[in-house]
Amino acid sequence: MRYLPLTDDDRALMLARIGVAKIDDLFADIPAGALASGPKDLPPHRSEMEVERILKRMAGRNLTASTAPFFIGCGAYKHHVPASVDHLIQRSEFLTSYTPYQPEIAQGTLQYLFEFQTQVALLTGMEVANSSMYDGSTACGEAVLMAHRLTKRRKALVSGGVHPHYAQVVQTVSHMAGDEVEVLPADVSATEDLLSLIGPDVSCVVVQSPDVFGNVRDLTAIADTCHAQGALLIAVVTEVMALGLLRSPGEMGADIVVGEGQSLGNGLNFGGPYVGLLATRQAYVRQMPGRLCGQTVDADGRRSFVLTLSTREQHIRRDKATSNICTNSGLCSLAFTIHLTLLGENGLRRLARTNHANACKLADQLSAVPQVQVVTQSFFNEFTLRVPGNGARVIEAMAQQGVLGGVPVSRLLPEQSHVQDLIIVANTEVNSDDDRARFIDALRAAI
Amino acid sequence: MSTYYTKDHEYIRIEADHAIVGISDYAQAQLGDVVFVELPALGQSFGTGDQVAVVESVKAASEVYAPASGQVSAINDALEASPGLVNEAPQGAGWFFKMTLSDKSQLASLMDEAAYQAFVASLG
Amino acid sequence: MSSAQGRPTAIGESTKKHKVSFTGNRGLQMEEPLIFEGGRPEVSGVDLAEPEPFAMRLNGLERDTPMGLPGLSEPEAMRHYVRLSQKNYSIDAGLYPLGSCTMKHNPRLNEAMARLPGFADVHPLQPQQSVQGALELMQEVSHWLMALTGMSAVALSPKAGAHGEACGMMAIKAAIAARGEAQTRTVVLVPESAHGTNPATAALIGFTVRPVPAGPDGTVSAKTVAPLLGPEVAAIMLTNPNTCGLFESEIVEIAELVHQAGAYFYCDGANFNALVGKVRPGDLGIDAMHINLHKTFSTPHGGGGPGAGPVVLSQRLAAFAPVPFLRAQGESLQLVEDAQGTQAFGRMTAFHGQMGMFVRALSYILSHGVDGLKQACEDAVLNANYIKACLSDVMSLPFGQRPCLHEALFDDDWLKGSGITTLDFAKAMIDEGYHPMTVYFPLVVHGAMLIEPTESESLASLNLFIATLRELAFAAKNGEVERFTSAPHYAPRRRLDETGAARTPVLRWSPLQAQG
Repeated sequence: MRYLPLTDDDRALMLARIGVAKIDDLFADIPAGALASGPKDLPPHRSEMEVERILKRMAGRNLTASTAPFFIGCGAYKHHVPASVDHLIQRSEFLTSYTPYQPEIAQGTLQYLFEFQTQVALLTGMEVANSSMYDGSTACGEAVLMAHRLTKRRKALVSGGVHPHYAQVVQTVSHMAGDEVEVLPADVSATEDLLSLIGPDVSCVVVQSPDVFGNVRDLTAIADTCHAQGALLIAVVTEVMALGLLRSPGEMGADIVVGEGQSLGNGLNFGGPYVGLLATRQAYVRQMPGRLCGQTVDADGRRSFVLTLSTREQHIRRDKATSNICTNSGLCSLAFTIHLTLLGENGLRRLARTNHANACKLADQLSAVPQVQVVTQSFFNEFTLRVPGNGARVIEAMAQQGVLGGVPVSRLLPEQSHVQDLIIVANTEVNSDDDRARFIDALRAAI
Repeated sequence: MSTYYTKDHEYIRIEADHAIVGISDYAQAQLGDVVFVELPALGQSFGTGDQVAVVESVKAASEVYAPASGQVSAINDALEASPGLVNEAPQGAGWFFKMTLSDKSQLASLMDEAAYQAFVASLG
Repeated sequence: MSSAQGRPTAIGESTKKHKVSFTGNRGLQMEEPLIFEGGRPEVSGVDLAEPEPFAMRLNGLERDTPMGLPGLSEPEAMRHYVRLSQKNYSIDAGLYPLGSCTMKHNPRLNEAMARLPGFADVHPLQPQQSVQGALELMQEVSHWLMALTGMSAVALSPKAGAHGEACGMMAIKAAIAARGEAQTRTVVLVPESAHGTNPATAALIGFTVRPVPAGPDGTVSAKTVAPLLGPEVAAIMLTNPNTCGLFESEIVEIAELVHQAGAYFYCDGANFNALVGKVRPGDLGIDAMHINLHKTFSTPHGGGGPGAGPVVLSQRLAAFAPVPFLRAQGESLQLVEDAQGTQAFGRMTAFHGQMGMFVRALSYILSHGVDGLKQACEDAVLNANYIKACLSDVMSLPFGQRPCLHEALFDDDWLKGSGITTLDFAKAMIDEGYHPMTVYFPLVVHGAMLIEPTESESLASLNLFIATLRELAFAAKNGEVERFTSAPHYAPRRRLDETGAARTPVLRWSPLQAQG
C-alpha cells in the first residue's frame, strides 16, 4: 500500500522490541467478539489510476457551472478566482499544518489569520472579527446564541428575508437549547413590519441584506429600534462581494455581522467547505465564539501573533464555553484573504460594480419578456423573478436546454404556496452578454 | 480582623463593617498570570456557594464561589486595567469585591488560616 | 468544570539576544510586513474592465466611505504568502506527533480529485438531476462509513467534529422528546478525561453535564457509571479509544447499562483511526458517533480547518437524522431537503455538508480499501507502542506498561525536581526540528505529553524521533535547564508573550497602531 512505509520486516522487529508476539496482542482490550467480526464485503486497495477512473466517472455525471450559462446563487456564488489563490493554499506549510497551537512554528498561519480578521472587520464596518466559522449559516446560529448571552434574553426574531436554510439552522439550535425564535413569513418585497415586533423580551433581530430575494435593505431603523429596546441587531450577508459596493452593516448600526465568505477565493464545491464570517464590537469580544488571533511580542521583542482569549473556548471552559466550536475554516479563510488582497479596495469595488451592472442588464432585458416580472426593486447581483406557473418547472425546463437559470423559491420554502411562481436569479462577473441572451431564450422557451 | 478560606481557595477577610473576598495565593499560583477577572455587579445578592466571579489566566479559568451569603458593597475596579494585581498581591490590592454578610455564623464552616495552610499542604 | 490549572505564559527574561541583521531576516527566514503595511488600495493583482456607466439600483445604500483594504500585485502577493508559509511547520516537512490530532500523510491524489470540475464547480442548489454524480459520491461515502462502523444510517452534513457531536446529541434529544421524556431526561454523563467539546456540546443543547471520574487505569469502569445512571439521564458521551489512547475495555457492559437505564450511548469517534478496518463500533453497542474525516480519512487539517464530521447513527436514532439526507428514487438519487413530513430534528447547516472533504475522504478510502485501512490502523497502533516501549525507561507512564492504541501518553513525573516543565520540554523539541506532541491534555494526567505518530512514519523516522527525545530526556535529567527554559532558540520566533496578548487584546491592525 503506497501510503504505508513499514515493511513486514520492520513490523516483526518492532513487535519484538515491544515484547509482544503478534499485532492483535496490542488490541487485547477489545472484546474478542468485536475484534473477530470486523467490516465485511468491502473492496481491497486500489492504484491511483483506478481511483481516478472511479471518481472521474462520478464527476462526469454532473453538469458543471463553467460549462453552462450559470445563474444560480442563493448563498453560494460563482466568481472567478485567480489561479494564484489555489496554488498558494496548496503549499504544504498551509495545507498540511495543524491549528497554530505552537505559535513559534506557526507564524505563517497566525499572521494571515490576523490579516483576515482585519479585512473582515474593514469590510463589515465592525471593530473586530474572529478567524472564521464553518460557514455563514452556522455563524448565524452562533451569533444568536452570542446575543442571548449578551442580553440575558432568549428570544430571537428572524426576518422573512433571511435565507431559509439560515433560519432553519437558527430554529434548530434554538429549539434544542430551549430558546424562543420567531421566523417571519417569506418577505419577497421587503415590506414586513419588523419594528413593531421588537419588544423588551427580544434578544436579537436577524436581518439579511441583500436578502435572499435580492432586496438591498436599510438596517438603520431596525438598529435604532433594537437599541432602544435593549436588543441586538444581527446582520447577515450571504454574498460578501456586495460589501464592495454597499454601505457596511456596521455603518448602519449592526451589533453582530455574520456572513458567508465563499465568494472570495472559494469555489462552489456543491455546498462546502465554505468560510463563515463573524464580526462584532470590541466590547463583546469575550462573548464571541470561535478562535481569535492577537498580536504580541516574542522573547526578543519581535512582533508576533498568537491565538488568544482562549478561556472562552471549549478546551478550557468545557460546559461553560461560549461555543463547542473547535476548528475554523483555516484554508478557506486563507483563500478568502489571498483573493481579497489580490483585489485590493479598488479591485473589489470594480468587481462589485461589474456584478451589479450585469444584474441590471439582465433585469432590463427581462422587462421585454412577456409574462415575467422582476419583483425586486433594488438588488446587488441577484433578484427575484415572477414567472407564469411553477418556478421549479421553469428551472427544470431551462436546465434541459443547458441553462442553469436560478433557484425556484419553492425549493427553499416548499410549504409557502404564494412563492411557487418565483425564481431567484444571480448574475456575477462570469456571465457574458451571450450567457444572458441564452438565459432569455431558454426562459422564453420554458414558459 | 480574621481571614477564612474555602476548599475552592476563595478567602474572606472580615473587617469592621464588611468583608473582603478574593482568591488565595495558592489559587493564583495555580492559575498562572491572571489576564481577566469578571466581577459581580454592585448590589448583587447571593447565597453561599453561588458563582459570583470568574478569574482567567491564558490557559485556565476558574469560577469563584461566594464563601458566604450576602450582598456586594464594592468591587475592585483596578482589576480591569491591572488583572496582574491578583498575582502580585492576591490578599492585598488584588481583592475581588467587598460584601456585607447576611449572617456571620456561616463563617464557622470555613477554614481558618492554619487549617487552610494544612489543607494546601495536603494537596502536594 | 473548567481547568483551573494554568502554566507560564509570559516570556520572562530574555537570556540570549540574537545579533540582528539589517533586514531582520536570517538567511531564508524572511521577516514579512502585514499586507496593511505594504499594500495600497489602488494596486490590484486582478485585471478587470470598469463596467459601462449605468444607473445603480441599490436603494440609496451605496458605500460612500473608503474601507482601507490594501491590494497587492500578483508577484507581491506570491512573495507575501510564500514567505508566510515558510514560518509554518507541516506534516509534509516532518513528523507531527500531536496526540489526538492524527497528523497523517495527506495524499495529493485526494486534492486532485476534489478539484475535478464535476465536484468543485457544482452548485448545491442545481437541479438534482444535474448532480447525480455528486449524490452518488455522497451515497458511496455513506456506504463506506456505515460498513466500517456497522451502523444503520449516517448524517453527512456536520461541518466538523464538534458539529457532528452536536448533530448526534440533537438526534438523541429528538428521540427522547419523541418518547415524551424531554422534560425529565436532562443529564448527560461525560468523563473527566473527555475532550472539551463533549461537555460544551452537551451544554449547548441544553443538557446538564455530570462528570464521570476516570479510574486509576485511565479508563471508565461500568461500576463507576452504574450509580450515575437514572431516569434523568439522557446519554453518556464516551470517547473510544479514549483521550489517554486506551480502549475502554468495559464499553460493552457500559452500553448495556446505559440502554437498560433508557439512555443513549454517544461515542466520540475522534480516535476512530485506531479501530478503522478492524473493529466496528456498532458491534460495541453505541447509538451515535461522529467521524472526523480530517483525522481518520486524512483530509488535510489546513492550519485549523476546514474539517468534516459526519455522524453514524443506530437504528434507534436513524429516523431523527437532520435534513438533507439521501433517498433512492427509482434509478436516481434524491436529496430530501425539507424536514416537513419526516422525523428529522432540523437542519445543521445551509446546503449538504463538506462535499470537498467527502471527495478527499472517498479517494483515501478507495485507495486503501478495507485491507489498507486495517493495515493503516495496525501500523498506527504499532508505531505508538514502539515509541512507548522505546521511551518508557526515560519518561514516565501514568498508567503503567499496558499497551496503548494509536497514541502514547506520558506524564511529567519524570521531570519532577528538574526545574523543567512539560512546556519547556515541548519547546526544546522545536529546536530539534520537531513539532511538539500534544501537551497538558488530557487534563486528568499531570503535565500530559500525548504522542501520536500515525501510520505515516517509517521505522527510520521513528528511530530518529526516539533518539532525539531520549537525548533531550538525558539533558533534562543532567540539569541542562537553560536549554529547555529558554527554548526555542532556532524557530522563526522565540516564546511569545501570551499574557500580554490576553491582557491587552490587539485583534486587528489599525492605522493608529502603525503610527504609534
